[in-house]
Amino acid sequence: MEATIPVLILAIPLFMFLFLGLLGKFMSHKWAGILGTAGMGVTLILAYFTAFTYFFSGSSEFISEAGQRLQYLVFNVDWLQFTDNLVIRLGFLLDPISAMMLVVITTISFMVHLYSNGYMRDHHGVWETGFQRFYAFLSLFSFSMLGLVVATNIFQMYIFWELVGASSYLLIGFYYTKPSAVSASKKAFIVTRFADLGFLIGILVLSFYTGTFNFTDLTSVAVAGAENVYSVSANTAEGVFNIFQNEAAAGFMGCSVMTWALVLIFMGGMGKSAMMPLHIWLPDAMEGPTPVSALIHAATMVVAGVYLVARLFPLFIINADHGGAALEVVTWVGAITALYAAMVACAQIDIKRVLAFSTISQIAFMMVSLGVATTGEAGHHGLGYMASMFHLFTHAMFKALLFLGAGALIHAIGSNDYTEMHGLRKYMPVTHITFLIGCLAIAGIIPFSGFFSKDEILSSCLGNSTVVYIWMSLVAGLTAFYMFRLYYLIFWWKEHKVREGHHAPHDQPWTMTLPLIILAAISVVAGFIPFGNLVSWNGEPYDFMAHFDWSVAAVSLAIAIIAIVIATVMYRKENPLPAKLKNAMPALWRWAHHRFYWDELYYFITHKIIFNGICRPIAWFDRHIIDGTMDSFASMTQKASFAIRGLQSGNIQMYVWVYLIGALLLGGITAVILLV
Amino acid sequence: MFSNILIYFVVIPLLMLAGIALCRNIKQIRAVAVTGSLVLTALSIYLLVDFLAQRAAMPDAPMFYVQSWKWFAPLNINLALGVDGISVAMIILSSIILLTGSFASWKIDQPKEFFLWLILLSTGVFGFFISIDLFTMFMFYEVALIPMYLLIGVWGSGNKNYSAMKLTLMLMGGSAFLMLGLIGIYYHSAPEGGQLTWNILEIAKNDAISHGWQTFLFPMTFVGFGVLGAMFPFHTWSPDGHASAPTAVSMLHAGVLMKLGGYGCFRVAIYLMPYAANELAWIFLVLTGISVVYGAFSACVQTDLKYINAYSSVSHCGLVLFAILMLNTTAMTGAIMQMLSHGLMTALFFALIGMIYGRTHTRDIRLMGGLMKIMPFLAVCYVIAGMASLGLPGLSGFVAEMTIFVGSFEHTDMFHRVFTIVACCSIVITAVYILRVVGKLLLGPVQDKHHLELTDATWWERTATVILIISVAAIGCFPNFFADLIRTTFTPEIFTVIGMN
Amino acid sequence: MEITMIYYLIPSLIMFCCGVYGFITRKNMIAMLISLELMLNAVDINFVVFNRYLYPEAMEGMFFTLFAIAIAAAETALAIAIIINVFRAAKNIDVAHLTQMKH
Repeated sequence: MEATIPVLILAIPLFMFLFLGLLGKFMSHKWAGILGTAGMGVTLILAYFTAFTYFFSGSSEFISEAGQRLQYLVFNVDWLQFTDNLVIRLGFLLDPISAMMLVVITTISFMVHLYSNGYMRDHHGVWETGFQRFYAFLSLFSFSMLGLVVATNIFQMYIFWELVGASSYLLIGFYYTKPSAVSASKKAFIVTRFADLGFLIGILVLSFYTGTFNFTDLTSVAVAGAENVYSVSANTAEGVFNIFQNEAAAGFMGCSVMTWALVLIFMGGMGKSAMMPLHIWLPDAMEGPTPVSALIHAATMVVAGVYLVARLFPLFIINADHGGAALEVVTWVGAITALYAAMVACAQIDIKRVLAFSTISQIAFMMVSLGVATTGEAGHHGLGYMASMFHLFTHAMFKALLFLGAGALIHAIGSNDYTEMHGLRKYMPVTHITFLIGCLAIAGIIPFSGFFSKDEILSSCLGNSTVVYIWMSLVAGLTAFYMFRLYYLIFWWKEHKVREGHHAPHDQPWTMTLPLIILAAISVVAGFIPFGNLVSWNGEPYDFMAHFDWSVAAVSLAIAIIAIVIATVMYRKENPLPAKLKNAMPALWRWAHHRFYWDELYYFITHKIIFNGICRPIAWFDRHIIDGTMDSFASMTQKASFAIRGLQSGNIQMYVWVYLIGALLLGGITAVILLV
Repeated sequence: MFSNILIYFVVIPLLMLAGIALCRNIKQIRAVAVTGSLVLTALSIYLLVDFLAQRAAMPDAPMFYVQSWKWFAPLNINLALGVDGISVAMIILSSIILLTGSFASWKIDQPKEFFLWLILLSTGVFGFFISIDLFTMFMFYEVALIPMYLLIGVWGSGNKNYSAMKLTLMLMGGSAFLMLGLIGIYYHSAPEGGQLTWNILEIAKNDAISHGWQTFLFPMTFVGFGVLGAMFPFHTWSPDGHASAPTAVSMLHAGVLMKLGGYGCFRVAIYLMPYAANELAWIFLVLTGISVVYGAFSACVQTDLKYINAYSSVSHCGLVLFAILMLNTTAMTGAIMQMLSHGLMTALFFALIGMIYGRTHTRDIRLMGGLMKIMPFLAVCYVIAGMASLGLPGLSGFVAEMTIFVGSFEHTDMFHRVFTIVACCSIVITAVYILRVVGKLLLGPVQDKHHLELTDATWWERTATVILIISVAAIGCFPNFFADLIRTTFTPEIFTVIGMN
Repeated sequence: MEITMIYYLIPSLIMFCCGVYGFITRKNMIAMLISLELMLNAVDINFVVFNRYLYPEAMEGMFFTLFAIAIAAAETALAIAIIINVFRAAKNIDVAHLTQMKH
């Protein structure tokens, strides 16, 4: 495959960033928006072309005779050489998951670019200040995210990982005069930075023992007698084999270095994907403009952690086969997060926060799905992995849809709070229908896309452990419940009261409704994509229907429907049931409403312990002890010189006295010595 | 004598001194300063190109343009010149910072005296980087140090007398150690009966310093240079000194002069006394490891912009010495890249702080806020500098830090690796204090209504910042070029010469 | 009775001690100057005496004495000039009070 198109996929957004960033203020708002959207549109076409070529061209570069999909390095240039083996390269790796991610990212990004043309101006058509800057940042984000998914080595991934973090920082803090936005952006950056520290150390450990950064080298080992996961260059495998040869010897605190490396790398993923306990930044990140939330904090950047685990999945599998606990960590972090986020989502008022916690919960589903893909039975490796990627895909679509729908509502009402909404179904029919489709998809109702992916995840859980299966089914039920709670509270509950001096809310301009319609359409049909044929953990087509378990499907469907029915009973019409429920469990409600006080805990740790307990004492120590010592040298010298200054009195008669006595003493001593 | 290109790096500043002495008004002074530093920059770029060509022709030579003139025969003192990749990198750094520093001090009071001292200072800096004779090196080192006292004492702000005195005395204390060390090296520079020498290349070749003497002289020279490199616990001159210094002096001092420390630590202490370096590295590794984290933590609670940056310099320069002490190719390459990177971005920081201070007349972050609205250009540049400092890929900080971390972690000893992880923690703390400043200073609502009337950057300020940002981005985007330039100095041959690894 | 060296040296010693005593105890500059002269002259006597008795063939002692007298004269003139100027400025020539220059 020629490198031109892949290069352009990365180059166009980067160019748009520089162009709009440097020259944006010299062009009109309108043109900046059109240019940014057009740039993204071209990228979208190129990315689709690339992905379709990869999946469907049947070229021997991309698929082997036996029908196994291959990893293909389109280009890979040295960027920074550390040692002979450890080289950061910038390249473009095509394989099933990166091709899929190209599609996801460019689709959502284009929708968001288009949508923002309508969203980033008020009802009178006046553009937001910094509109050009907004598009520049969106382009920067798209560039970074695309670079992340096509990374050929773990360090390239880390580079773009940092870049998406920075663009997320810039976009969350887009309304930079608002203190809450500023602190939210700061929080997002620092929390993920802390997670990245783990990622970095994990990379260091991994590369130290394997001697390579390259994914193709790292993930191309024979697993439990199976063939190479991907067929790649000849000198593969060796480094990773070395780990296992070393593994018995090189351990640290009871776990093998491999487990440590993978858990540390996963910590990076936990930060970006907002897993407990590093999830606290994501709800606050909703301070950013809503299209940003849809793009970054729902569909693309937050799944980077899942993508990272998927990318290194063969290593995790090997680790599990050698008795390492890395995948179990993934499973349980995911499971706990999923439940936690679902519970919190039931008790939020701000619709974007509900969606944010729902995102956390859904990403945790993907994590769990990867985590349970471990049983010895070869088929289940595949199912969990494939289900996770499938859910990533479908979730990106319907969650972007929900966020953009929420954006339309917020834009129409001027508030994030559902108590200001209620009964909007008549006023905003398009938004209503598309939002409903999103809710049905996320709840897992057949035939919407979420049903298929969620069902596969649950099947995969059942294949691994019943506990996880029941746990995740419960969470799935909660998901359906809180989504329909949200839906009813926005669109039903009671008649909408138009605030005085305001127009009645109405559907938004086509730039905003068109993306909703497209995404809703995708959410309806995406479940029928034969995903297993395209994406699987070892490149071999995976027939998902062969593993399809109707009993699991029926159970999960039943759970979802029951949850929806409960939500309908409680929230369809204004009634006292919700208040009763709330009063029945006041403590639980309060804890869930305050997100189990995680933010307060973090506040305590960062401000009381780190700032007041470490930073201030250190600064004090520096100023008073270290610097005090240095100053005391100076003052001691000064004091000593003042002390002996009196001797140089200038009083000649005193000098003569001293001279005389000294001379006499010396003479006396000499005399005594001579005489004795 | 004038056939050697290196000598011009001292001759041109001297000519500039003469030129400025003849100037009558500020315009002429600016013209001389800018022209001179432009010529120096052009010359350093030419040197880079020519150096690469020469090295391609002779890949094995340790130094290029080596030449030596007798200066004081009885003690065998020579004016010996020579450069390798590291010195070339440092020369480029110095000339860029001198150029931008000239722009940044466009409106200084008493320009004639100021520029005279500033250029005298840079004469010392350039002289230090081009000489390979310990005595001339030391002389240039002192030439660079003394003008600092006057520059801070006269043109500084705040508690300037105290700071100037403190800075000078502490650095002089360091150079007392250093002088002892250098004289010690001289008297052991040749085997019994051989001609004693100050020339670094010859000393390294002779390899005559006994192990016992090395363990005595290594700490002397390392601490001597380490004081200038802001090594814990000898760093306290840096916050006060930087806070009081005028903009261009802060830039030159943090950008270049502190690099003299790291450069000297490698060139003299480690290169000439490898045995002791290997034996004693752990002591200094602990100290510099502390510097890295300690400086970052201290920076978190400062309220004065310059103090924040000075403590951040303590942290970053600690990383330089830390990596040098790892004694392997990758980490040492990273150390030099960090010197380049830190030099440029700190200069950028100090330039911006100077410009902001020149407008708001305060450096207290609690009294400012929302400057992004008022002076967008400066604010955006400040964010870029901050991003470079916290290691955003594409800017210089990232590549330098990653080279250091990867290189240090390649060390086979567990102790070193654990300390690498400790040093890694600084990336999080750096993010905390950088974002804290950005959040308080630039974002949020405007704190002080009077600030609304302030103006954005003037053209000379824009020139200075843009040059620096381009340099920072160049290193960040094309790191391999710079890494190659530096790395060949640390080829395995050097490690066999200095007898380790 | 033969007049030996000791007959000269003892008065000279007495003179010298008086000079030292005066120089240490007197606060008046003129008095101190006189004490100084006393010491100088005591030394001059010694020079002459040693020359005459120990090395009668040489003349160095005499020369030194003449030099010393000449220098003493010059020095006295200078000192008195300074003292007069100090007196004009400070209305006082007491060394205990003349401390303005110290600080």
